Amino acid sequence: MPLSKDEVRHVAMLARLGLEPGDEEFYAEQLSGILGHIDRLKQLDTDAIPPTAQVVEVTNRLREDVPRPGLSQEEALANAPAALEGSFRVPSIQEET
Amino acid sequence: MTADPTLMTINELQHLLRSRQLSAAELVAAHFNRIESIDGKVKAYLRLTPDVAAEQAAAADRALKSGEAGPLSGIPIAIKDVLCVRGVETTAGSQILRGFKPPYTSTAVRRLFEAGAVMLGVTNCDEFAMGSSTENSSYFPTHNPWALDRVPGGSSGGSAAAVAAGEAVISLGTDTGGSIRQPAALTGVVGMKPTYGRVSRYGLIAFASSLDQIGPFARSVDDAAITLALMAGHDPLDATSSERPGRDVLNKYGAGVKGMRLGVPREYYEVEGIEPGVKAAIDAAIKTLEGAGAEIVDVALPHTDYGLAAYYIIAPAECSSNLARFDGVRYGMSDVDAQNVTDAYMGTRRRGFGTEVRRRVMLGTYALSSGYYDAYYLKAQKVRTLIKRDFDSAFKKCDAIVSATSPTVAFPLGSRTQDPLSMYLCDVLTLGGNLAGLPGISLPCGMSEGLPVGLQVLAPQWGESVALRVARTYEESSGVKAKVAPL
Repeated sequence: MPLSKDEVRHVAMLARLGLEPGDEEFYAEQLSGILGHIDRLKQLDTDAIPPTAQVVEVTNRLREDVPRPGLSQEEALANAPAALEGSFRVPSIQEET
Repeated sequence: MTADPTLMTINELQHLLRSRQLSAAELVAAHFNRIESIDGKVKAYLRLTPDVAAEQAAAADRALKSGEAGPLSGIPIAIKDVLCVRGVETTAGSQILRGFKPPYTSTAVRRLFEAGAVMLGVTNCDEFAMGSSTENSSYFPTHNPWALDRVPGGSSGGSAAAVAAGEAVISLGTDTGGSIRQPAALTGVVGMKPTYGRVSRYGLIAFASSLDQIGPFARSVDDAAITLALMAGHDPLDATSSERPGRDVLNKYGAGVKGMRLGVPREYYEVEGIEPGVKAAIDAAIKTLEGAGAEIVDVALPHTDYGLAAYYIIAPAECSSNLARFDGVRYGMSDVDAQNVTDAYMGTRRRGFGTEVRRRVMLGTYALSSGYYDAYYLKAQKVRTLIKRDFDSAFKKCDAIVSATSPTVAFPLGSRTQDPLSMYLCDVLTLGGNLAGLPGISLPCGMSEGLPVGLQVLAPQWGESVALRVARTYEESSGVKAKVAPL
């Protein structure tokens, strides 16, 4: 199924992925090509087949809820692109009133 | 010191180190000299870590002197740029993580350090391990040591090339769809992907969490086996890690293949696009194993033609979710001064991610989005069940499966970058092992057109010891050994 430029724009927005000029055409064409190959999955009747999400032999592994040391504030902020007063600085999410 | 230590295996080096004919510091120096003289051509390393190496080599020399040496004391190792090492810049081959210095060390790496390994540096890879040629690195491509105008495979191409070029004795890679086995094949070294859950993923920068596994590259099956055994085993920091003892991978290691049944799947043997030279090398390898006492049987993997399609829904879906964490808040590149938070995310991720990562994030987001989930993601998960059942049935008729690792030998740089599907097809013989969670090894089985060919051995889940036995028997009976490329 080919992907339209509008769908590329929509998916990019969902993924919070900024696009460059020309990206919509580029990805519409490339993703359509890949989806063209993926469409062969439709040939298989899978109505009675359960999905496999993972192949791990262990499930729901829990541990005792005991406190243990984590990163210090300094360590946690060491890689921050912008830190302010012991916190991560981010753009405002509310208009100033 | 007469022989060149950059050409040796762990066993040979341990003999020299323990008898004090060679010091760990000298061994490190020999490797840095080699790197200095040839890595300008190979470009296996993104960053060297001479300070870490000096400190670890000094510790190894002290341990060797006091008789407390570990199994890897003094052995130089290279680490793929997706495995966190405390204080060492780790970027997953991406601009978005440029400058990131992890506050902790991944479990797999920590265990090798505890065994005495000495880190030389961080190796190049496709961005976030997405690719089959290392050309998707945001820094530079790595060159195949056997033919510098060709790719080393990927995504762990830097780690494979480092071992193939004598720039490290062993290295670590990760394999989500073939990213250890395929570059091992293309560079003529041994590379092993363990069973899903065998090696802790703690400290691995995630690509597709239900598929990712960490494994070794080496120049002998012995070296790969010992490195894997040291990394394997339960880790409380990874909830998917198995409680089975890591040493299990060495069970009956030297027992040979007499009486073993080795399956040859028609669908792999005659896979579309397989080169005649590759096929000839695999035919000869199968004959060698038969000569060593194995029984060769036909098996079927009827859903092989659907593996790539299922993989390219599941892996991108998981990646789109994993890579959501790169939001420019806690680490890496950031558009923190954008007008609003959405613009900050969009700008950070536009500048930080390369073409292949963007392609997969969009593909995965699309497959998971409202209205398409059932048609793509759920469908792919059901097909994953069919592929797993194929292997389950095949392993009722055989103990291990043998095939080519890659349908082709190393291809020229730039020859597949314009056509993503042609690049994805590199993994057609390896990604089934990831979808089913199987252990698999690739080892050299000769040359075609002057380039290495890899033999893949796949075993049932937790059957690393079986795959290693087959590999070791082949290596011994054939006399084909991984060697350092002439550069």
